[in-house]
Amino acid sequence: NYFERADIISTVEFNHTGELLATGDKGGRVVIFQREPESKSEPFSQGEYNVYSTFQSHEPEFDYLKSLEIEEKINKIRWLPQQNAAHFLLSTNDKTIKLWKVSERDKRPEGYNLKDEEGHIKDMSTVTSLQVPVLMPMDLMVEVSPRRVFANAHTYHVNSISVNSDYETYMSADDLRINLWHLDITDRSFNIVDIKPTNMEDLTEVITAAEFHPHHCNLFVYSSSKGTLRLCDMREAALCDKHSKLFEEPEDPSARSFFSEIISSVSDVKFSHSGRYLLTRDYLTAKVWDLNMESKPLETYQVHDYLRSKLCSLYENDCIFDKFECAWNGSDSVIMTGAYNNFFRMFDRNTKRDVTLEASRESSKPRAVLKPRRVCAAGGKRRKDDISVDSLDFTKKILHTAWHPTENIIAIAATNNLYIFQDKLNSELH
Amino acid sequence: MEVSAEAKRIMVVALGKLYSSRTQRGGLRLHRSLLLTLVMKSARDMYHAAQATTESVAGGYEQQQPAAEGTTEPTGAQTELLGAASLATEKPRTLTREEVSGSPTELRRHAENKENMCPTGPAQHSRKRRGKAAMEPDFLPCKKAKLEQAICPQQLSVNSVSPGDFWPSYWPRLTITGFDWEGRN
Repeated sequence: NYFERADIISTVEFNHTGELLATGDKGGRVVIFQREPESKSEPFSQGEYNVYSTFQSHEPEFDYLKSLEIEEKINKIRWLPQQNAAHFLLSTNDKTIKLWKVSERDKRPEGYNLKDEEGHIKDMSTVTSLQVPVLMPMDLMVEVSPRRVFANAHTYHVNSISVNSDYETYMSADDLRINLWHLDITDRSFNIVDIKPTNMEDLTEVITAAEFHPHHCNLFVYSSSKGTLRLCDMREAALCDKHSKLFEEPEDPSARSFFSEIISSVSDVKFSHSGRYLLTRDYLTAKVWDLNMESKPLETYQVHDYLRSKLCSLYENDCIFDKFECAWNGSDSVIMTGAYNNFFRMFDRNTKRDVTLEASRESSKPRAVLKPRRVCAAGGKRRKDDISVDSLDFTKKILHTAWHPTENIIAIAATNNLYIFQDKLNSELH
Repeated sequence: MEVSAEAKRIMVVALGKLYSSRTQRGGLRLHRSLLLTLVMKSARDMYHAAQATTESVAGGYEQQQPAAEGTTEPTGAQTELLGAASLATEKPRTLTREEVSGSPTELRRHAENKENMCPTGPAQHSRKRRGKAAMEPDFLPCKKAKLEQAICPQQLSVNSVSPGDFWPSYWPRLTITGFDWEGRN
C-alpha cells in the first residue's frame, strides 16, 4: 500500500556547495549523501554520492488537546551556509522545525592517565609516570546532534522553511501564517504574515509555499492556493499582510472547468539564483515570472498538458492534489520539474527546447545515457518507445527534484528511490 | 444534462473525500479541504446554471410532476435537484438508487428540511417541481436557502450544511464543524 511505506522520500536538497545531498522521508528519517572527491586516476570522472549519515529527525507525536496525530514525515530540509567545519541543516515536519549539527570525528584522544583504553579506571598502583593524551586517527565517524528545536509555533501544517541570506534568521510557513525565527532563539518567533480570516467560513485561500530572496534579506515571496504570488518587504511593516507586489495571471475564461481552482493552486515557488526571477509550479504548468512584471508570467511551460482532458479521473484518484516541486539549474537557464510515470521534465529557457526523461532502474544502468521519452495522446501516432497517456502509471510520481548549485547534477526522488544523474559531457553550466 | 450529471458526481466524490480525510493521519489538511469545498461549490454553481438552462428548454415536462410535498416546501436547491432527478436520462448512480428510502427517513428528512428552510425566502421559486421523494438525491446539500440568508454570498459555508440533508440514513452521522481547529478544546 503506497500510503503505508515509511521510506517514501518527501524532500531532497543539495547544500550550498553541492558536496552534500540530504533526503527526508515519510518515516521521519534524514539520509545525507556525500560526494566522493574526484578520483585522480580518472580525472574526467566526477565523484559519486555515497551515504554519509542517517538519523531519525522526527518521531510521530500526538496532540492530546486536539486529538490529532502529528505525522513524522519530513516536509522540507534546508541547509545553512557552512561557516565552520560542521554542517547545519533545518528539517521540519508538520509542526516542529529542528536544527541539526552534522560533524565529523576522525581523531580520538588516546593515552589518558586515569582511564585505560576501554574507559575503565586504572589501578593507581600501576601508574608510574604521567603522559599527555595524543590525538590518534580513527575511522571516520559522522555525528549528528539536534541543536535547536523550534516548536509550538504553528497551528496549521508547515509547508515551507527558508533560510535568510543574513544567515541569522529563517522563516517557516503553514497554511495561514508565516513566522520569522532567529536561529539561536527557540522560545519565540515573530509572525510576519497572517491570512487567517476572523471567520473561518470566509476562508478562500491558503499559503502553499514561501521563500526568502537569495540576496535581499528583507524580501520574501509566498504563493497561494489561488495561483497568486506575493512579494513582501519586511522593512515596510512588522506584519507583512500587505504585499509589495502581487503576481497574478488573469484566468482564461474559456479554460474554466470544475477543477480550475485546484489546478491553478501553486505547489512550489523558487527564486532564481540571480534573484531576478521566480519559478512556480501548478498542476499542469511551470511558470517563470520576472520580479518586475506582476501582470503575467514571463514564460509558461506545459509540463503534461495531455492530462487536461483527464482531470476528472485525476480528481477521483486524488492525483490532482499532488504537489510537484520545481528547480532551477545553477545558471538559471534550465528549469526542471517532475511528472507521472517516473518522468521528469527539463525546459531550456534559452533554446526553448524541452526533454522528458525517466527515472527507473531499467533505464538507469550506471554510465547509461538517459533516453528521452515521449507521451502521445491515446490512439495517436505512436513511435517506438512512446507511451500512451492511458498507460501512464500515476502511482509513480516525481514530486521532489533538486539541482546541484553549480554543476549539471540532479537528484530525483521516485517514491522510495533516489536517482542521481550527472551530465558528464557538459559539467560546466551554460 | 452532461454537466448536471458530472456536477453531481463531482459533488458526491468531494463529500466522500472530505469525509474520509477526517480519519487521515496528521489531521485534517486545510488546503485539501479548501480545494474540495471550492470544487463542490463550483460543481454546485454549474449544476444550477445547467438546470436553469434546461428548465427554459424543457418547461413542459416539469408540469407533469406530481405536487406531493404537503407539510414542507422544498428549498430552492432541492426543487432543482428534484427536477434533475426526474429529468435525468442518464443512468442514475448506484448511490442514488440505494437511497430510495421508506417513509420514516422521508418524514425525518422533511422535518429536518423544515428547520433548514428559509420560510420567507425572497426568492421563493415558483417552479415547484414536486418529484417523488424516492427520486430525491438527498445526499446533495441544499445550499440555496442558506446562501440567501447569508450576508456574504461567497461564503464557503461547509458547516452550514446540515448532515441530515444529504446523508442517507444508514451512513454514520457526520458533523462538519468547519476549519476552526483552534477552537477545538
